[in-house]
Amino acid sequence: MNNTALKELILKMADDALIIGHRNSEWTGIGPVLEEDIAFSSMSQDKIGHAWALYNILNEHFGEKDADTTAFNREEKLFTCCHLVEYPIGEYDFSLVRHFLMDKAEYHRYDMLTNSSFMPLQNLAKKVKGEIKYHVMHAETWIEKLANGNEESKARVQSALNYAYPLALSLFEKGTDEVALISDNIFAGEEALQKAWEADIKTCVEKYGLKMPENIDATKFMGGRKGFHTEFLAPLLKEMQEVFAIDPSAEW
Amino acid sequence: MNNKSLDPRIARLDLQHVENGIAPTNSHWVTYEVFHQDKRGKQPVHVGIVHAASPELALMFAKEQYARRKATANLWVVKSSEVYTYAPEDEDIFETTPEKTFREPGFYKVRDRIEAYKNKI
Repeated sequence: MNNTALKELILKMADDALIIGHRNSEWTGIGPVLEEDIAFSSMSQDKIGHAWALYNILNEHFGEKDADTTAFNREEKLFTCCHLVEYPIGEYDFSLVRHFLMDKAEYHRYDMLTNSSFMPLQNLAKKVKGEIKYHVMHAETWIEKLANGNEESKARVQSALNYAYPLALSLFEKGTDEVALISDNIFAGEEALQKAWEADIKTCVEKYGLKMPENIDATKFMGGRKGFHTEFLAPLLKEMQEVFAIDPSAEW
Repeated sequence: MNNKSLDPRIARLDLQHVENGIAPTNSHWVTYEVFHQDKRGKQPVHVGIVHAASPELALMFAKEQYARRKATANLWVVKSSEVYTYAPEDEDIFETTPEKTFREPGFYKVRDRIEAYKNKI
């Protein structure tokens, strides 16, 4: 089994979950309506939970530091999250479309991992299947409703989709050794994942009466997996790591 | 009048056109009654309401409002306006019910025999 490739996979999944969890939690208290505020906050907590579980796998099976230290005491260039999760929350249309694109990818990624030869990943994938299914249902319900609302809601969801879609392709930036993951039956690879995701998104978008974005160039959104991040990540990390930086032994 | 409120439900109201104490709203957000079922086969129990723009969204919200801690098998949502009820002033139709003890199992003579049997064992 190729440990480097496997560790890379787990770390990027964990970092994506941690950063989107932190980002989406920024809506807590200012969500558009109370019920949505609570639902969106709960899903953010789920993401932090996924990150915690993944960091624990790295700790238990590969001797990496404990989850808190990995999350809160690591410099920016050691993070391998993709650009999609780093962007500020923006308006609610962007946050919802990002949630839709991201959780669809999470759904397919974890679904593929339910067959992983690496048991800790397989077990986690089976455990969180229901949670992610709800995240996807929530996203689909909103996007469908907005796409079929009025002219304004339709236009806003379409323009958010056009903006977020190329960014979302940063999710599928390849690792250094995809072939090893595939041949060890750990994970079917980013290319296969992207294919499943694209087909799913296309079906939904057409069903909702929206249009698929065209002429996509996602080149400038790549690099996150290798530690090259947007300008938005550093301030987020500074805020997130503030308590740990003041008192690494603090318990909360 | 300043229509800005931090509560979106108030912010959505058209407070400049209040008539008879009722503010018109063009919002599609209505309330749904939520019923929680903790186990398959058991009756769903009314637990509260959610505001939502569609029954589908009401279900999504109900999950995090009313099923985030306890064991849950399913949830039902019903548009509040679809629920038929008595008018509050008709509550008097129930007034004498507590007096009708003959409808309670303990009212009947068999009660003594049950007590006697219970004492025997």
